Amino acid sequence: MAVIRVGSGSEAPSLMRRGRVWKFGHDVDTDVMAPWDTISAPFEERRARVLHIRPEFVEGMRPGDVVVAGRNWGCGSSREQAAENLKLLGVGAVVAESFGRIYFRNSVAIGFPNLACPGAWAACEDGDEVEVDVEGAVVRNLTWGIELRGTAWTEDMLAIVRAGGLLQVLRQRLGLG
Amino acid sequence: MGQTMAEKVLARCSGRADVVAGEYVTARPDKLMCHEAFAPCALTLRRMGVERLADPDSVYVIIDHFFPAPTAAHAKSHSIVRDLVERYGITHDLGHSGICHQVMVEGGHVGPGELVLGTDSHSTTYGALGAAGAGIGVTEMTYALALGELWFQVPPTVRFSLSGAAGPAIMAKDVVLRLAGQFGTDVAQYAAIEFSGSLCAQMGLASRMTMANMGAELGAKFAMFPTEAFGPDQDAEFAAVHSVDVTGLEPQVAQPHNPGNVVGVSAVAGVRVDQAFLGSCTNARVEDLAVAAQVLAGRRVHPRTRLIVTPASQAVYLEALRAGHIEALAAAGAAITAPGCGACPGGHSGVIGPGEVCVSSTNRNFRGRMGSAEGFVYLASPAVVAMAALTGELSDPRELVSEPWL
Ligand code: SF4
Repeated sequence: MAVIRVGSGSEAPSLMRRGRVWKFGHDVDTDVMAPWDTISAPFEERRARVLHIRPEFVEGMRPGDVVVAGRNWGCGSSREQAAENLKLLGVGAVVAESFGRIYFRNSVAIGFPNLACPGAWAACEDGDEVEVDVEGAVVRNLTWGIELRGTAWTEDMLAIVRAGGLLQVLRQRLGLG
Repeated sequence: MGQTMAEKVLARCSGRADVVAGEYVTARPDKLMCHEAFAPCALTLRRMGVERLADPDSVYVIIDHFFPAPTAAHAKSHSIVRDLVERYGITHDLGHSGICHQVMVEGGHVGPGELVLGTDSHSTTYGALGAAGAGIGVTEMTYALALGELWFQVPPTVRFSLSGAAGPAIMAKDVVLRLAGQFGTDVAQYAAIEFSGSLCAQMGLASRMTMANMGAELGAKFAMFPTEAFGPDQDAEFAAVHSVDVTGLEPQVAQPHNPGNVVGVSAVAGVRVDQAFLGSCTNARVEDLAVAAQVLAGRRVHPRTRLIVTPASQAVYLEALRAGHIEALAAAGAAITAPGCGACPGGHSGVIGPGEVCVSSTNRNFRGRMGSAEGFVYLASPAVVAMAALTGELSDPRELVSEPWL
């Protein structure tokens, strides 16, 4: 069933990401992606404490780098700042064994690519070069020459991200351009 | 083919005769609940020039996370919420009566079989009444407020069949912590939960709310109890059925920093406690205050420990006051705060400092959840919280509570 209808995808942003791996463990919650006392602040003030369980991450990551995580990445609260902080930091994509459901939905809604890919966690180490093809649901570890298949996004989810997020879809549906 | 509760709700709300787990639908929710997050949603709509919500009468706005406002900035954000509530013609402004989920349930705003979306992950609580409650973020809520619909994947359903004889001091919290410990905090990831079994029949509304609330900590999208009015078909298909017998279960404690890090209280007995917190949408109802009052009546809170009691709502506060529980707790030395979320998300009225240990009746003990990232939060039942307040350390409430407390 076509849930979301948006215009043609000709100007669509690429959903192919390539960068270095930053590896995290299981059950990383939204509170450590966006601590409660920071969530009302502008991003520049939130920045320093994003994923503070790995203090070198914020300064060390380069735009496009890829987070590779274990099970249940983003478990916890509905705060959208968790996914938003990662997007604004410039994280290219998150690849995890599985995701907390609200975090995952929020990521789709703000147009931030996250791919569930069982096996990727074991197949990637810090600093590996990886390519994430969200549309094809493929993760390639270029350092080791490993290719893994993830859980494909639906066309409707891809349409939201291609449109630039759910608010953009809303604008189109309301005829606001 | 028979349908689960989740399938029935999503079929009705998407105008279909039936739907099957795994398919995607566009559903029209019956109710939308927003806490302070209404402000960013409605501000976005205003900026877009959206003058009218799809159905203002289905929207409930409840200020609870920072009530009463602890800072001028919070007070200002509340003014914005109130202004937007008026501007968008929302009549259900329930601005100062307690935690959103408690207010929604006790106010009769949720019914069996309804689809209720909230800007809060513990919207699963509505499953205590047989509703499909799910948390969403502000962008999705903004979309739903404007258009009255949202996409969903129909979730598979995991059934927990609960049976056995609950022992002394055992509360619903112990049962649900046990589930998180035994099956993991992702056992129902992307799935709906249905609770069933003989133990459920013994659970009152307060206990069911505790269980459904912490469905979020089991990864669930919905966490539902069947009711007389609404339940699954006989031949509904479940992705998994887990049977749990609570006979002999001891009071449970989730150690820092994850709700699934669960042990029996005897394994952590003797851990020094700086703060005992009795609050939140998980466990701050009259029944919870009553068990704490039973433990503490005529006694004193331990000198090294502070006990903070934050009733779930104004109605709970009043009922507990009339029943004498508030007096018993205050006389024992508890600090009674205004109803609301308070210290649960580390907001105000009892946040913890570096190195401090808090035993809490809440639902999450993530690092930094209740204040300092160097603090330690243990999750437990109100009976265990009260016992820790009394003794200054984690200890077994069965010494003072001889009955199960469901
Ligand atoms: S009491 Fe705690 S868990 Fe419940 S809604 Fe408030 S912050 Fe969330």
